[in-house]
Amino acid sequence: MTMEAPIVLVPISLQVNGEPVEAQVLPRLNLADFLREHLSLTGTHVGCEHGVCGACTVRVNGDIVRSCLMLAVQTHRASVETIEGLSDSGEIADLQASFRQRNALQCGYCTPGMLMTAQDLLKQHPEAGREQIREHLSGNYCRCTGYQAIVDAVEATARTRMERPS
Amino acid sequence: MKASAFSYARATSVANALDLLAAHGDSAKVLSGGQSLMPAMNLRLINPELLVDIGDLAELRGIVLRGDVLRIGALTRHVDLLQSPEIAAHAPLLTEAIGHVAHPAIRNRGTIGGSLAHADPASELPACMLALKATIIVRGQPGERRIAAGDFFTGIYETALSPQELLVAVEVPVARKDSTHFFHEFARRHGDYAIVGAAAQAVVRDGVFADLRIAFFAVGDRPLLAKVAARLVDVAITPVILAEASAALGEELDPQEDQQASAAMRRHLAGVLLVRGVSALLGRPDLSGAPA
Repeated sequence: MTMEAPIVLVPISLQVNGEPVEAQVLPRLNLADFLREHLSLTGTHVGCEHGVCGACTVRVNGDIVRSCLMLAVQTHRASVETIEGLSDSGEIADLQASFRQRNALQCGYCTPGMLMTAQDLLKQHPEAGREQIREHLSGNYCRCTGYQAIVDAVEATARTRMERPS
Repeated sequence: MKASAFSYARATSVANALDLLAAHGDSAKVLSGGQSLMPAMNLRLINPELLVDIGDLAELRGIVLRGDVLRIGALTRHVDLLQSPEIAAHAPLLTEAIGHVAHPAIRNRGTIGGSLAHADPASELPACMLALKATIIVRGQPGERRIAAGDFFTGIYETALSPQELLVAVEVPVARKDSTHFFHEFARRHGDYAIVGAAAQAVVRDGVFADLRIAFFAVGDRPLLAKVAARLVDVAITPVILAEASAALGEELDPQEDQQASAAMRRHLAGVLLVRGVSALLGRPDLSGAPA
């Protein structure tokens, strides 16, 4: 005989873009929906909801993850950063300018996920070339640009950052 | 879609996780990295009543070298394997294979234990476990069982693991100094499910295989350790011997037909991988022609 486990709200406590957040969530709520619907952080987009398209990419404890494949309850005591956080802090201002300059977005649906993933690559491999950029972005779908302009924008940002004295 | 409703328990220890699994049995699923479980739940392919989250169990994390064995905790993530100097030094096949697993954001969450327990016949790590002669360690309330990788995978998404057991670690023998490895897969795009793939570990002495283990994936309902490898050990390999082995390999396989490839195409590609693998392992570019 198996015992039925009751479905109850689970308390979670985490950091989102540096701010402490306390919430009560149902177990089935995924992180993307938690960010969008509970915290009104709608920059994180929801595309396929099964981990294929990359539109919902966010950072958890510094690592990029699919927020549609992570439950809100799994972010208890974690630090989550969204596109709003990276944008407001200025961390990716140059990358955003480069996307704008090179028409690396059209409808913009994939853009937050693209920016999160591109920044992840540039942090780990500042010297990344086109092949490495393509490989790192291979899990992020764009249905408008044909990717060429996105790779251009990331490559240009990598070059500018490498030239900049740090 | 979204997952249907379920209850959630955050396990506080392995013993606690085993208590939960003992009580809830078949209606529960273990949540590790969630990179296969969550898509299946979001697509409503499975609707567990309870998720047992083992994500906090630090005792299941990490890579330890003990004598001539690498013990890899079940919660070790793909990215941890990729970046581990111990894995690069003692099981370099894994380092190479991980680069083919999905994409960085998935590798940051996905775990080795989750991948093996999920047992997708198209995934890379189960085949690597066969090639590396790994032992899979599972724990239940009665105690621990050590299962040879060759006995662990029993069908599509099926393993020797019972619903009351937890996969806790894998043990991989340290690669011998004179061993060499090969990994390759054919996929439509980088990070996609493999159409056919192969993972091999070999010992080569004086240009001859002293040992050869080559495991294929996405060629049937589970990863398959090719029996034809035995024909290639202790013999001077010629293109003819290799072509015969490649043809015999096709008979061992029972590939599925799907949107990606027909069964015949999978047999053909497996033969191509055998030829390329043997050629690469022996450092003999002269063998790498198309199979006869």
